Amino acid sequence: MVRPLLGLLSLLAFANHARAEPLRPYRIVKGEIPASLSGKPGDAAKGRAIVVDRQTGLCLLCHSGPFPEARQQGDLAPSLAGAGSRSSVGRLRLKIVDSRALNPATIMPSYYRTQGLAQVAKAWEGKPVLTAQQIEDVVAFLATLKTP
Amino acid sequence: MKRALVIAALGFSLAAGLAVAASDPRRSGFDFMSRETQAMQKDDFSNPGMLWVQDGADLFKARTGTSGKACADCHAEPSMKGVAARYPAFNAKTSRPIDLQGRINQCRLDRQGAPELPLEGHDLLALTAYVAQQSRGLPVSPATDPRLEPFRRQGEALYKKKLGQLNFSCADCHDANAGRRLAGAPIPEAHPTGYPLYRLEWQALGSLQKRMRGCMSGVRAEPYGYGAPEFVAIELYLMSRASGMPMETPGVRP
Repeated sequence: MVRPLLGLLSLLAFANHARAEPLRPYRIVKGEIPASLSGKPGDAAKGRAIVVDRQTGLCLLCHSGPFPEARQQGDLAPSLAGAGSRSSVGRLRLKIVDSRALNPATIMPSYYRTQGLAQVAKAWEGKPVLTAQQIEDVVAFLATLKTP
Repeated sequence: MKRALVIAALGFSLAAGLAVAASDPRRSGFDFMSRETQAMQKDDFSNPGMLWVQDGADLFKARTGTSGKACADCHAEPSMKGVAARYPAFNAKTSRPIDLQGRINQCRLDRQGAPELPLEGHDLLALTAYVAQQSRGLPVSPATDPRLEPFRRQGEALYKKKLGQLNFSCADCHDANAGRRLAGAPIPEAHPTGYPLYRLEWQALGSLQKRMRGCMSGVRAEPYGYGAPEFVAIELYLMSRASGMPMETPGVRP
């Protein structure tokens, strides 16, 4: 009885935030992270919802893409259209986890990083932008964006 | 022949004049707005910031504090012309820069015997807007006191410092990507020429510090507090970066 209640409470508390769980280790091999961060496959439908959500994925603040319902899109970064043709799954994963590994001058935030950042708002201290599973979901979705 | 020469000379000087304006690559946030919002700023009867300016004019004349003096008892109105265009200034008392709001509060404490007004409160914004509006159209003319220089450099370093969970500096957007669109809205060049200004998003007048706190929250950084020395240093840097651009207070922005 107690356990489901606790589970519900923590779900509410972190509904919009990544959990403050320790980051899972990952390995970069030839410009890719070959293995799933969470150890599980991603869910492309959940990934799409994260990408278009301006509070969660934040992607469309800077990127545009094939999302007719999202009227306000950015042009600071390349379109996400065709991302799944341009990059392998492992490459997409690294670009989201820590793009600086591919381009040290990029302004693309590292979505799976909690160290080496200055003055992080208290609500986000020690938390990555997305959880390991959320990143897997986004990767699974981006991989479906093939050039026609 | 002579007439032709004069006309040619006139044409040349006109072209030169235009070339000077066009060669300045800097653009005010005003230039990035829709025509409707530009029209709202330009017309005093539709510029909502003028409501604060009016309140500021009344406060400027209101006697207050143990001295029983009003601002206007010492400062004849035209004497405020150009003041906002050269702030922040060096404050000998603290050996630090002080911005316009800070100076108004210092004057209240030291000369009027009145309590400081809350930062970002209506009355201080109104007084600041009233004073700054008198510099409208004048070029930004940063104070030249050499003692300000280390603080200006500090402001520049802070402007270029990456902050927050998303790890952006002011410069990442407002220098490297100005003119591009963030979530559909053009990124301006961060010239502080219209403050305090009325933002449609706020439905209120606000200071440059309020605007900077908004950006800091956007990159998920812990914002500096109102009146923080870091903010005054960034203001100082931004005003020197906007040197020569016309003041617009009270600006209107989306």
